[in-house]
Amino acid sequence: MSGPSDYQPSNPALQWIERRLPILGLMHSSFVVYPTPRNLNYWWTFGAILSFMLGMQILTGVILAMHYTPHADLAFKSVELIVRDVNFGWLLRNMHACGASMFFFAVYVHMLRGLYYGSYKEPREVLWILGVIIYLLMMATGFMGYVLPWGQMSFWGATVITNLFSAIPYVGESIVTLLWGGYSVGNPTLNRFFSLHYLLPFLIAGVVVLHVWALHVAGQNNPDGVEPKTEKDTVPFTPHATIKDMFGVSCFLLLYAWFIFYMPNYLGDADNYIPANPGVTPPHIVPEWYYLPFYAILRSIPNKLAGVIGMFSAIIILCFLPWLDAAKTRSSKYRPLAKQFFWIFVAVCILLGYLGAQPPEGIYVIAGRVLTVCYFAYFLIVLPLLSRIETPRPVPNSISEAILSKGGKAVASVMVAIVAAGALFLGSMQDARASEGSDQPPGNKWSFSGPFGKFDRGALQRGLKVYKEVCASCHGLSFIAFRNLGDPGGPGYSVAQVAAFASDYKVKDGPNDAGDMFERPGRAADYFPSPFPNEQAARAANGGAAPPDLSLITKARSYKRGFPWFIFDFFTQYQEQGPDYVAAVLQGFEEKVPEGVTIPEGSYYNKYFPGHAIKMPKPLSDGQVTYDDGSPTTVAQYAKDVTTFLMWTAEPHMEARKRLGFQVFVFLIIFAGLMYFTKKKVWADSH
Amino acid sequence: MNPDASTIAAGAPIEVDLSPVAEGQDIKVFWRGKPIYISHRTKKQIDEARAVNVASLPDPQTDEARVKAGHEQWLVVIGICTHLGCIPIAHEGNYDGFFCPCHGSQYDSSGRIRQGPAPANLPVPPYQFVSDTKIQIG
Repeated sequence: MSGPSDYQPSNPALQWIERRLPILGLMHSSFVVYPTPRNLNYWWTFGAILSFMLGMQILTGVILAMHYTPHADLAFKSVELIVRDVNFGWLLRNMHACGASMFFFAVYVHMLRGLYYGSYKEPREVLWILGVIIYLLMMATGFMGYVLPWGQMSFWGATVITNLFSAIPYVGESIVTLLWGGYSVGNPTLNRFFSLHYLLPFLIAGVVVLHVWALHVAGQNNPDGVEPKTEKDTVPFTPHATIKDMFGVSCFLLLYAWFIFYMPNYLGDADNYIPANPGVTPPHIVPEWYYLPFYAILRSIPNKLAGVIGMFSAIIILCFLPWLDAAKTRSSKYRPLAKQFFWIFVAVCILLGYLGAQPPEGIYVIAGRVLTVCYFAYFLIVLPLLSRIETPRPVPNSISEAILSKGGKAVASVMVAIVAAGALFLGSMQDARASEGSDQPPGNKWSFSGPFGKFDRGALQRGLKVYKEVCASCHGLSFIAFRNLGDPGGPGYSVAQVAAFASDYKVKDGPNDAGDMFERPGRAADYFPSPFPNEQAARAANGGAAPPDLSLITKARSYKRGFPWFIFDFFTQYQEQGPDYVAAVLQGFEEKVPEGVTIPEGSYYNKYFPGHAIKMPKPLSDGQVTYDDGSPTTVAQYAKDVTTFLMWTAEPHMEARKRLGFQVFVFLIIFAGLMYFTKKKVWADSH
Repeated sequence: MNPDASTIAAGAPIEVDLSPVAEGQDIKVFWRGKPIYISHRTKKQIDEARAVNVASLPDPQTDEARVKAGHEQWLVVIGICTHLGCIPIAHEGNYDGFFCPCHGSQYDSSGRIRQGPAPANLPVPPYQFVSDTKIQIG
């Protein structure tokens, strides 16, 4: 289809180039006159969406790399400084982090579309296998990218995933040492992961070129699965497909922007806001959501080597799909049985994903085993069997004939709706049972929640006072500089107030000309000094439990919302688990220990602290801090104010994020509307 | 891509003084970036470890083979779960030993796997006693 082009540019300079390198002709034949089936639906725009996302990830990634430091001691801090100090660094980071999730979301839709419409069948086998290779490269890239912030989940995710290779007999251990560049995950590991994370996207881009090349040789598949026969069956790529893809991409951008501006941490893990610590494993290691189905398969097989083999074969099996499914009819539209099994398979994948995020115990393990069997049975039993026993419905003779006889596709959507509703119902029952007697932190009304949320300036200033007079004796605030107190969107101090506030502190500086360290009054550029010189000192002074740094505490703490709440949270933009938890812990101290709970010596009972035994004594009591503005001096008010302040320290640019988000949404909605009507106009004669 | 010279040099043997570790306590030291648990076992823990029918274990090994003769009260193991490399918690689980919070593997007071997905016992690092209260790891 993409034979030699007869394209001739009219500009003499371009003609000169074209005779020597026919690149314009290649572009013209591939993306302008290239015939595309006229019955393509919107599932086909995900190819364009994926190209867009790849470009976006490379662009944001290259800029982030200019500010990032790949060193075990500095990586965590450098990521925080990107978010806090680099111009629009928070935006870049959110775009890149949420972009990874969006990229995977789009690739899953793209793959399932290929699965449903049989896009892997003759003559598109190589096209499909190239796609699987891209997917594998994406998984490797995504995994190494997740390691770079060097939080707890980064570190332990890297440990668990690299240890998978130790299951290989004889050479496993040497391979793991080779991956680590040391005797455990450490600085050399971080360095090489950074290097590879920078390299792999360009390999992906290369394979994408091959993927598109193969696509343009075989031609696009289409929802009816019949090859275009006459010119009436196709439309030129530009403007038809171009404008449709533009509309698809702008709709996708709306979803992407929802995450970037309103739910940046929804898909992440709170533990990754705690710096990596090789001595402490988080109680519950979970990979990013897009690996969860495979993680569930890994965990449901009790033998280590078999589990690793099972996990990898779950992906590799896709390469053999063109030969496992020998049915002549491509599209599941005309395969009544295959269609049903396809939706069952989708449900199996989603459920496996859900199980991957649950603790590996009890019913979850058994369900995981059943679903793992279902997953493999789809490829190894159902598809080969169906191609022999199923009688497909008659396929239309041509694409134009298919367009003329449209109708009757409501069944599938109704099925999906019923399944989803049933799952929601079951989930809510489960949740109701689980929440009985548990100590969920109560929800609060925060000024900063919701799409137009802003920090209450008064609360920020009062919270700062509480922090300074109470918390600061044990807890650091090391990512906050005094100058931040005067930043827009913060407590709103003037330059003079910031200077006065800073000069109250003694800051260690030096060495001076004599080589000695000396103390001087703080300046606006200095950071809040920490109460202890290092973690060990903090630990020793506090009975073995180091008081955590509070800069990120409202993002580093969370509690399980559970199904189906995490689905509602997506729509309500509920992001305040952290603040709710912090406020609850501050108020959760009780003198009377309930029966059945034993509190060790030197610990205190707290209703909301996991395990209930907290080393911190009750920090706040009524009237402890005086307020100048007449606010009540109660524990509840202190807790609320200091939590608001700590939410600001965790995300100083939150107001800018939400403000820009609103502007972006207004723009995107208008843009998508324009694209839609342009698309209508362009396609007016083609339907 | 194998470890460079400085990494290898930093992995040289270390000496650990055992005298501050009271009976029933344990300490965690880092060697080659790995946490090493050194447990001062109680009589009860030793007896429990020796009372087990070795043949019934997933990774059969006697307690005698995992400690140094004459220093039975000291258990020295690499505190990395043999499943997927998490750090087990000491003094937890049903066997008076270690419990891995990641995927639920349980080790006994000799560091042997008793329950869960881990395939092998916690490895014993190379070490010897330089005196009665001091060991050299590596």
